[in-house]
Amino acid sequence: MNPRIEVVAVDCLMLRLFDEIAEANMPWMLAASERLRTAFGAQLIDLVPSYTTLMVHYDLTVLYPAQARALIAEALIDLSPSTRTSGQCHVLPVWYDLSVGPELSLLAERSGLAVEEVIRRHSAREYEVFALGFAPGFAFMGLVEEILAAPRLSTPRKKVAAGSVGIAERQTAAYPVVSPGGWNLIGRTPAKLFDRHRDGYSLMQPGDTVRFEAVSHAEFIKLGGDDTPLEALA
Amino acid sequence: MTRLTIEASTPLCLLQDAGRFGVRHLGVTQGGAADGCSMSWANWLLGNALNAAVVEITLGGFAVVAEDDCLLALAGADLGAQIDGQPLAPWRSFILLKGQILRFNQPLLGARVYLAAPGGFAAPKVLGSSATVVREALGGLDGMGLPLAKGATLGYGGEALAVREVPLTLRPDLAAGTPLDVVLGAQIGQFSGQSLFDVFNSAWTLDSRADRMGIRLLGKTLEYQGQPMISEGIPLGAVQVPPDGQPIVLLNDRQTIGGYPRLGALTPLALARLAQCLPGAQVRLRPVVQEVAHREHIEYLQCFV
Repeated sequence: MNPRIEVVAVDCLMLRLFDEIAEANMPWMLAASERLRTAFGAQLIDLVPSYTTLMVHYDLTVLYPAQARALIAEALIDLSPSTRTSGQCHVLPVWYDLSVGPELSLLAERSGLAVEEVIRRHSAREYEVFALGFAPGFAFMGLVEEILAAPRLSTPRKKVAAGSVGIAERQTAAYPVVSPGGWNLIGRTPAKLFDRHRDGYSLMQPGDTVRFEAVSHAEFIKLGGDDTPLEALA
Repeated sequence: MTRLTIEASTPLCLLQDAGRFGVRHLGVTQGGAADGCSMSWANWLLGNALNAAVVEITLGGFAVVAEDDCLLALAGADLGAQIDGQPLAPWRSFILLKGQILRFNQPLLGARVYLAAPGGFAAPKVLGSSATVVREALGGLDGMGLPLAKGATLGYGGEALAVREVPLTLRPDLAAGTPLDVVLGAQIGQFSGQSLFDVFNSAWTLDSRADRMGIRLLGKTLEYQGQPMISEGIPLGAVQVPPDGQPIVLLNDRQTIGGYPRLGALTPLALARLAQCLPGAQVRLRPVVQEVAHREHIEYLQCFV
């Protein structure tokens, strides 16, 4: 870890902790988040974590840039990795099927694995939530096995169904709402990923872990899933 | 509750306030008035909190009829506003009598005007704000992120003050070609020397590809020579440079994280001015360091005291 504090806007500083995406970053990122929230208190307007950085948006009517910088530096003194007792572990049911996850066949072809084996391997791992972004509740998770990695579609879909589960490079994610998207789709979850009436709004938070669990069509429907085929949305 | 009925509207007429805060880590965008300065003046005219809910009217095509006698305020662009056919200039509060129609026609100067009401227009707060973000289905009159529609009712419950104007010396000059200040960011040194010269020494034309997420600038091709970036938080006003070398300034409805290199970020006042420019307009950029931009912003905030 080689922390650097960089200017990003009149009232924002970027704390850069790492140079590469890695699961091992997370305990440090969580610990730094916690320290920054405490250090800034009511002067913190937003803290935006991503894979290797924490963007601090502070109240410029109270803090000078130099003061904000000093607060960040002080918050990092003797930082130790979080013991991660705060992160929740979620199990997301997924109906893996070609009608809602057409790239299952593409991933099978690329990897030389059977479709069933692609499903087994995607649902065998526990993934870290690295960051939320793109849309409310959209969690970037990883890392998927190297053999399942695949680049984004060269032409993104105009419409991806809510709950769609996809892979891009070594990351996996689920779309909270209907949106355009370029990820390789492999299935659909009935889970409500973003809910304005839920405490904390987003089902998943940075630092949480997620496991996908294959369910049958019948179970998917019972859990409230919408099985409208992808092509019917276009 | 004092009421107005919307007689005409467009998808660019939205209920806005200062936006959503404390939720960026969940992937929720900021939203809010694209010209925060004019929104603040519209609210100031009525003695409101500067971030009270207002109507953001972009380019025109909006009309309301008063169901009761109203005191309202207008700040920002001149969109050819008329009360029952009589011209109404912005930067003032005014009375709209029961039955009178306030109409916004077409942009004469600037792009966005803000209509405010005493105490702010009534709307549910979703994640702490009434700001309408259509893409995220958040905010607006019903909380579901819909633009203002014909037939809907706008209401407010605040107390009316006397009619007043924004002092001439304090009004932003939308016609002035003042360069837009960019707070220099960390990747600035990784653009080619020629690009750094071009950024601040040539004119940039606003592309027609412009919305509340971002405004694309057309001009010299900028060359980033650094490593590819990992996605990171994007501040309001960020000036990012995608591989085609044409910068994009990110506005209120931007994505929360992204991986294009950045020159820096426009100051809030520069961004407010950019939000008043129409496609085809030319702007120039000027570098500023964070400390100076901070001091100037604090001075600006003193205007409202």
